[in-house]
Amino acid sequence: MQQIINFIIRNKNFLLFLLLFFISIVFTIQSHSYHKSKFINSANFLTGGIYNTFNNFSSYLNLKSQNQLLAEENNRLKSLLFNSENKTDSTYIDSTSYRDLYKITTAEIIKNSYSATNNILLINKGTNDNIKEDFGVITSKGILGVIVNTSKNYSTVISILNTTSNISVQLKKSNHYGSLTWDGDSPEIVQLVDVEKIAPVTKGDTIVTSGRSSIFPKNIPVGIVQDFELDTAENYYEINVKLFNDMTNLEHVHIIENRDIEEITNLLNETNE
Amino acid sequence: MNSIISIHSIRFILLILVQVLICSNINFLGYINPYIYVLFIILFPVKNNRTLFIFLSFLLGLIVDSFLDSGGIHAAASVFIAYIRPLILKSSFGMAYEHQNMKFDSVTFGDKLTYITIMVTVHHIILFYLEIFSISKIILILQKALFSSIFTIILCVLITIIFSRKSK
Repeated sequence: MQQIINFIIRNKNFLLFLLLFFISIVFTIQSHSYHKSKFINSANFLTGGIYNTFNNFSSYLNLKSQNQLLAEENNRLKSLLFNSENKTDSTYIDSTSYRDLYKITTAEIIKNSYSATNNILLINKGTNDNIKEDFGVITSKGILGVIVNTSKNYSTVISILNTTSNISVQLKKSNHYGSLTWDGDSPEIVQLVDVEKIAPVTKGDTIVTSGRSSIFPKNIPVGIVQDFELDTAENYYEINVKLFNDMTNLEHVHIIENRDIEEITNLLNETNE
Repeated sequence: MNSIISIHSIRFILLILVQVLICSNINFLGYINPYIYVLFIILFPVKNNRTLFIFLSFLLGLIVDSFLDSGGIHAAASVFIAYIRPLILKSSFGMAYEHQNMKFDSVTFGDKLTYITIMVTVHHIILFYLEIFSISKIILILQKALFSSIFTIILCVLITIIFSRKSK
């Protein structure tokens, strides 16, 4: 016993080093698997508060370009509004069965990140605004990511510029779908994999969300096809997609809540059992 | 003694704030950021309690991690260079370190540059290896580590020159 204690005292620095190094490696490995970065994230009171204060100052610097974006979006929405005919859906019989499937909340990005290989953003809405895990986040131009962690006033968003991110998207013209991943290289280009060989892919095709994951609604714009090739097994296409979003200049975002997500997951679980 | 503690506490907080609010948003040429918080580990007094030093380095890395949402990569890299610092001190300062009477203000510029270069390079290689976490992307890891190291070393040397106390 005496010898064990002596050994520990003699090597206490080395043992402490091993312990702390081990702890940090565990945190690192956790952060590499989706949905497990529970302990160390920036959606807490201290880090979120500091980022929020700093963002209050720095957001003045790009007010002009952000206003431009909002004005463009207003234009687009106005033209939609003026050109739409009054279509009524015959399945809604009375007012109680009429409800919106998706609820939209606006938020601001207070920490943007695009240079690392696993980028995570911080936004200023949290559980106080009914934001929960697995809600989708989009901007006026296209998709942005999925919420991973929430605290009272802040949430972290796993960006599509993250090597662990995986979102179901499809070709707009033909409904052939695949999953959107990122190789960690350029913040303008993401990769679309697992698209069947028979899909009619051409340069310049529009990629939109597929609505299969029940996180994002269908037909949210993602980007256009820049180039493509068959993978090594020659069964699937690997497509480089140029994003509509400028990921380096983000401020106003919309959070999408699918109100039927519980119903859908329950149904799927029952069917699988 | 009291002033040493307060100086290092202020340096600890200041370096974290500068790191997360300014340095991590530079993104020079798309991805090159300096990680100047390692200055705390580099300039920590030589004769101090080693256990405390390793623990403080871990804390420093972990706080930076929680700001940057990066898991534990900064903590791991910081703990590692804190643990092997005596070895690096010995190899870059030689006799002056062995006699236990050195101060960072009184060593030659060349020795200091060697010391900072080794510390920063080791830190960055571990950092980017853990961030990318894949042997197959070794070229990307080394490229990122090299460019960020150069940036960090230049900044660290400039900061130590600007804030060095010459009036002694």
